[in-house]
Amino acid sequence: MTDLLIKLIPLFPLLAVILNGLAGRRYSHDVAHRLAWGSVGLSFLCTIGVFVDILQTGTPHEVIAYQWIFGGDLTINLAYLVDPLTCIMLLVVTGVGFLIHVYSVGYMHGEGGFTRFFTYMNLFMVSMLLLVMGNNYVVLFIGWEGVGLCSYLLIGYYYDKISAAKAASKAFVVNRIGDAGFLLAIFLIFVNFKTLDYTKVFAQVSQLSPEVATAIALCLLVGAVGKSAQLPLYTWLPDAMEGPTPVSALIHAATMVTAGVYMIVRNHAIFDLSPTAMTIVGIIGGLTALFAATIGLVQTDIKRVLAYSTVSQLGYMFLGCGIGAYTAAVFHLMTHAFFKALLFLTAGSVIHALSGEQDIRKMGGLSSKIPWTYRLFLIGTVAIAGIPPLAGFWSKDEILAHAFTHHHYLLYGMAAIGALLTSFYMFRLIYLTFYGTSRMDHHTEEHVHESPMVMVGPLMVLGVLSILGGLLGFPPEHGWLHQFLVPVAGAGGEHGVSTGLVLMLMMIATGIALLGWGLAHYFYSVNLSAPDRLAAKFQAAYRILLNKYYVDEIYDLLWVEPTKKLGLLLDWFDRTVIDGLVRAIAHLAELGAAGSTWTEKHVIYGGINVVGYGNHLAARRWRQLQSGMVHHYAAIIVAGLFLLAVVIQLIMQL
Amino acid sequence: MVPLSAYVAVSAVLFITGLLGVLIRRNFIIVLMSVEIMLNAANINLVAFSHYLESMAGQLVALFIIAIAAGEAAIGLAIIIVVFRGKISTNVDEMNLLKW
Repeated sequence: MTDLLIKLIPLFPLLAVILNGLAGRRYSHDVAHRLAWGSVGLSFLCTIGVFVDILQTGTPHEVIAYQWIFGGDLTINLAYLVDPLTCIMLLVVTGVGFLIHVYSVGYMHGEGGFTRFFTYMNLFMVSMLLLVMGNNYVVLFIGWEGVGLCSYLLIGYYYDKISAAKAASKAFVVNRIGDAGFLLAIFLIFVNFKTLDYTKVFAQVSQLSPEVATAIALCLLVGAVGKSAQLPLYTWLPDAMEGPTPVSALIHAATMVTAGVYMIVRNHAIFDLSPTAMTIVGIIGGLTALFAATIGLVQTDIKRVLAYSTVSQLGYMFLGCGIGAYTAAVFHLMTHAFFKALLFLTAGSVIHALSGEQDIRKMGGLSSKIPWTYRLFLIGTVAIAGIPPLAGFWSKDEILAHAFTHHHYLLYGMAAIGALLTSFYMFRLIYLTFYGTSRMDHHTEEHVHESPMVMVGPLMVLGVLSILGGLLGFPPEHGWLHQFLVPVAGAGGEHGVSTGLVLMLMMIATGIALLGWGLAHYFYSVNLSAPDRLAAKFQAAYRILLNKYYVDEIYDLLWVEPTKKLGLLLDWFDRTVIDGLVRAIAHLAELGAAGSTWTEKHVIYGGINVVGYGNHLAARRWRQLQSGMVHHYAAIIVAGLFLLAVVIQLIMQL
Repeated sequence: MVPLSAYVAVSAVLFITGLLGVLIRRNFIIVLMSVEIMLNAANINLVAFSHYLESMAGQLVALFIIAIAAGEAAIGLAIIIVVFRGKISTNVDEMNLLKW
């Protein structure tokens, strides 16, 4: 029964993709969107069924849906492994995915390509489900590439907008770099283990030498860094905000970008063998968390602030993985999915209300005009800022506490500063968007309206999850989630850490979050000229932050432009040298053809004609023999007779 | 007792006579008669050797040849009559239709 449910989970969205993709034009938008969110909802129900079963029995399920490739050492099945980790991911993906699909019905209402949007979204769901459910690296990789493709398609959803098209290809190309690393990791795993199934690989993982383990772990990390937008491959994620807001919420905040974290947690057996790789994961996470947060401080596009915030929060998850706090990383992944989806969707609601305006400098004073959106955005902000008892506090604090109690003080420092910045820039968003005086132009202001129920409803559910989601991991290190994930992530928190220290760290974290709020309050409510004066004072720093550390420009200079030049060079090479060669060969062939035509005409036909004409001439002579005269014939017969007699005589004598 | 060589000599003379008749004469009827002479030369040969070798096979073949010669003469004369009706001639040289 559970096996059947597991097989059904990815099938429902796939069915919707096929129906909407092939026949979407034949029926109305109402049917199309009902198919889309209905299928995801059914998947969610199946997931709950599977979840309840695993909760009761505690045994992971391995289901082979289809035997795909087999021969020699290689056996690859389209098979699913559902264990507690997959369960959590499935609940997040289908649950949040369902809410976002419902929200999209309202948000995308009246947009061109409505059915196309939902087809891509469902295709994304299928790929993401394969990614988290696969029991081997190949299925994981198929899902991995599938979500990358859907991300590309949805970022480029407004394909007639040049910036969207460019952002889409940027995301695709940057992700390819990571995917190359991931592929290398898969090859290395196959060479060393002769299998690609998780369970078989992890069963014999202890035979690995530390060097090979480090190599595999680092290659996996390259893949994770690309997909999860970490330093140095994070540049595509802020640009990905060109896509519709539900896409940003679903793909670029809640699910796809967390695939890297999922992959590292899934492969933690390999990472555990390599302290080097673990350190690198932690440092990348810490640096990204801090780095992205500083950029987020000065951005003016509401979605871009959230995008940098996402990069930063993903950095926390990597940091958690790097210090071995896998459960905390998954916990933060889950709560982040709740409150970041909430934040993106409320931001979408704001943008919807302001007829497409995304610049926070042109907002302000919206709290009374769109009260529900305001309240929900506030919940999301408090959750991400890390103010107890909302969800973000528990998960983020657990990572911070783990870093501190395991003596990673540098990483703890980075994460703490990052948390301060996070709190600051999120409340900055609140103040600039919802408080103060309106800076909207008159025309926009007239049309401000609260979003319809189909949008606010899912937001409320996400709001409740953002408030209560932390309870799943309460008390810290011994919550329900920790017990549930023990089979996958191993038991944590066995070492003796005094309750006093834990409480003190919580107080510090809360204090940091409140300090961020206070600063934002001072800068954007009390002393309104302070931000400008500060920017004037530290002009160089401000400019660097505003231009995102010029990373895009540096990448352009270092790689993109040389690559383009190389492309032009290759184009020239292709046009002149290769095409020249091809043309020369064509000319040769033409000459050869002319030569053989001449030969055929004059030599071969000539030869045949000579033979034919010779026969003709010879026949003219020889036919004279047949004169029709009886005498001639008789004479010839007699002559032949004599000849025969002579020959026989000669033979007899021999 | 007439020796075998005498029979063979007579037969050879008759055969050469017939052969020359076939090759030289132009009248179809005479050509036909010459063929008969050649056949009879062969018959003499056959009968003589049959006696000499004390085997009846030669005489048997001779009887067959006589029968065939009769049939041949009949057909040959019939052809001559048909040709003569068309050409008013029995000259062999004028009968050359079966050529290239």
